[in-house]
Amino acid sequence: MKTYQIPVSNTWWLKKKSYFFFVIREMTSLFVAGYCLFLLVFISKAAESQQAYTELLVSLKSPVSILLHLIFLAFILYHAITWFNLTPKIMVLHIGEEKIPDGLIAVSIYIGWLAVSLIILWIIFGG
Amino acid sequence: MAQSKEPVIWMLFSAGGMISAMVFPVLLLITGFLLPFELAGDGTFERIHVALKHPLIKLILFFVISLPFFHWAHRFRFTLVDIGLKHVSLMITVCCYGGAILGSILTIIVLWNI
Repeated sequence: MKTYQIPVSNTWWLKKKSYFFFVIREMTSLFVAGYCLFLLVFISKAAESQQAYTELLVSLKSPVSILLHLIFLAFILYHAITWFNLTPKIMVLHIGEEKIPDGLIAVSIYIGWLAVSLIILWIIFGG
Repeated sequence: MAQSKEPVIWMLFSAGGMISAMVFPVLLLITGFLLPFELAGDGTFERIHVALKHPLIKLILFFVISLPFFHWAHRFRFTLVDIGLKHVSLMITVCCYGGAILGSILTIIVLWNI
């Protein structure tokens, strides 16, 4: 059986602000994948030699790199914040019969985010 | 009821989404600003170079890089279908998950060769 499908215009997501931000949120995944590729380059240079690593750092000082990093940071922060804000809605936790309030889950996620960030900074720079 | 692969894909998607949200912002700060401009001191090469040889670090890096590839695959696939490419949805599915698998293989190769 073939059901009737209401035709939807391909520009539906430009018609309403919330639709637009939904598509932007989904498109942040492109930046996530792009940064994965960059991490692979970074890892191979840092594993290769001091010279390869230094050359990479020099290119990271270029205006293009700074601009790209800022753009990626903006999109990936948008991903992170929308992701964390959705998590309490997906991850419904209970203590006994009581549902743990969304706000409490959200706060613990943000504290976890801060802790993870500090640990990574410590691994690379500290000690 | 037929067995669906959807739960597995969704697990990979959400694990990758969580990992990238947790660690990519700070990594962007580090690779984009702190390391090139030596804002947190110099001499980080030795530290990173040595750490990358550690099996546990490699294992962590494998998950940190490969799972976000699957996060991308899942999101990008549905976005392309949603914005009008429904007629080629099978090809999109193959390219997206195939891309994530290739990305993971590439990650293994890079980490293996250290």
